[in-house]
Amino acid sequence: MTDSQPSQEPADVAIDVRDLRMRYGTKDVLTGVSFTARRGEVLALLGPNGAGKSTTIEILEGFRTRSAGQVAVLGQDPAHGDEAWRARLGVVLQSWRDHGRWKVRELLDYLARFYVPFSTPEVERPWKVDELLNAVGLTEHANQKVKALSGGQRRRLDVAIGIVGRPELVFLDEPTAGFDPHARREFHDLVHRLSDFENTTILLTTHDLDEAEKLADRILILDQGTIVANGSADELARQMATGAEVRWTADGRRHVHAAEQNDPTPFVRDLLATDAGITELEVRRASLEDTYMALVQRAETGQGATGNGADGSAPDGSGQDEPDAGGTGNGVTSKDDEAQEVRS
Amino acid sequence: MTATTNDARWAAARAGLVRGWLETKQSLREPGDVLWYFLMPVIFAVVLLFMRGSSLPGTEYELGAMVLPSIVGMSIGFGGLTGPAGTIATDREDGTLLRAKATPNGMIGYLFGKVVMFGSTTLISLALLIIPGLTVAGELRFDARTWMLLLMIFVLGMAATVPIGVALGSLFKTASQTGLLMLGSMALLVVSGIFYPLSALPTWLQWVGQAFPYYWLGLGARSAMLPPEMVTTEIGESWRTLEMFGVLGAWIVVGFVVAPIVLRRMTRRASGAAVAEARDRVMAQGW
Repeated sequence: MTDSQPSQEPADVAIDVRDLRMRYGTKDVLTGVSFTARRGEVLALLGPNGAGKSTTIEILEGFRTRSAGQVAVLGQDPAHGDEAWRARLGVVLQSWRDHGRWKVRELLDYLARFYVPFSTPEVERPWKVDELLNAVGLTEHANQKVKALSGGQRRRLDVAIGIVGRPELVFLDEPTAGFDPHARREFHDLVHRLSDFENTTILLTTHDLDEAEKLADRILILDQGTIVANGSADELARQMATGAEVRWTADGRRHVHAAEQNDPTPFVRDLLATDAGITELEVRRASLEDTYMALVQRAETGQGATGNGADGSAPDGSGQDEPDAGGTGNGVTSKDDEAQEVRS
Repeated sequence: MTATTNDARWAAARAGLVRGWLETKQSLREPGDVLWYFLMPVIFAVVLLFMRGSSLPGTEYELGAMVLPSIVGMSIGFGGLTGPAGTIATDREDGTLLRAKATPNGMIGYLFGKVVMFGSTTLISLALLIIPGLTVAGELRFDARTWMLLLMIFVLGMAATVPIGVALGSLFKTASQTGLLMLGSMALLVVSGIFYPLSALPTWLQWVGQAFPYYWLGLGARSAMLPPEMVTTEIGESWRTLEMFGVLGAWIVVGFVVAPIVLRRMTRRASGAAVAEARDRVMAQGW
């Protein structure tokens, strides 16, 4: 089994993409994408519609032939990936009405058969179907026809199909689209289980920033065919000077200060030092959504100044506020700040 | 490496047999499908109704008895050609093929499954022909040679038509376009000598008919089931058994060369995006 793997396969890198380009006709969809994924890492690929997320993932899955660039997935070029390589991948596809007449257990039993010859002493393949049904919460529906499942149940079946071969690397394309909050929570638990206990590398695309933040070790933001940001949610917020928001109450009035500097600590220190009557102090780091909007906007306006992230993101209009406070971050209780925002 | 590769392929082929068996079972529980299996027997019953009492011109031979073997041949061709064509187009649109592609050796399993399923459902259709066939059974010939020939024609017929059906189905862009293939099949049936002896048609139409498997499947079935003296109604007053095997063999070669090429080309295009596109189109237009 492992004999078909090239010996140069790196031990700790699951995905290695360098300068990946894709062109359909005269349209450049990917204009140079580079990133790596370590084994066991959970990566989220974010980006607006048409940014090239699906194209990237389909190239990595070996379903699409790239125009240029180097790609290694589990040590092999997906364009020439053999069946032994495919057995180590899990692809979670969005089902629609395929295999509608099959019972859930029948379908998983059938698909599991293909992985039996690829079992190794290290990785026992496939998953036992009963265990798998339990893991995705479909035990009660095992004998139901696929077409009788609800949207969320069907999606969990898609995940079960994707991981039935106990893959080392799983691709999830918009896994929770159409989930209710409960199903979403259960799905997140499943992803955590996969990455924690099975050391599975996971690459997922999503529109749900909250989900990306919860699940991913690292977030890649893809825009206009290239990666515009790469890091943990925390790092991204730090990387972008989207700053933090400080809120407090003084004399019965609520104040908001948008610190454009990364670290709001000096501002808060000065604030507390100068005004003893402050209550309900609240410091909020820019959310991933703020960061995301800022990054995408920056990319789309042509790599503008890094400091203006706030105007794309501040929901309460504090973006227009004081350039002086933004510049120094510690112009404590300046007139601007006082007057700037009063909220109920 | 090769040992594992072969193991994996065998596992996939065995999985394909399971797939074929399951899908046959599922199909038999589906009223729409079951009606479809009754199509040939019903057509034959209608034909018998119209031919009641008439005999082959110049003979005492019951016309209906003449038609039964032709219908047997036609069922083989019809089941092998239109069935796979229809399902391949649907399976591409709904993502079944994409799942096969995402599974190691999944395509092998898929194709084996299709062959088993169309083989068995065609057999079911043929078996159902017995019901109206009993009325003319007395005129037909049934001996060891009959069964031997019928078995060979069935196997050769499936091998000649399933790959072509798969290839044709891959060429269609949407599932609804497979209706065209049905129309084409109907047109070919006219010149296939099944309802009307080919020898009575203009020569150029005879050649058209003889280029396609329908005629030869019908001829083969007639040679198996009709009494020997009926050979006089055929072209050249011969069953042309060798030619039949030759032409069907040629179609088998063509099918097995062309089908993998076309299928590979088509599955290269199959992707999540393509499936999503098809889903959106179907949701929007209802087909």
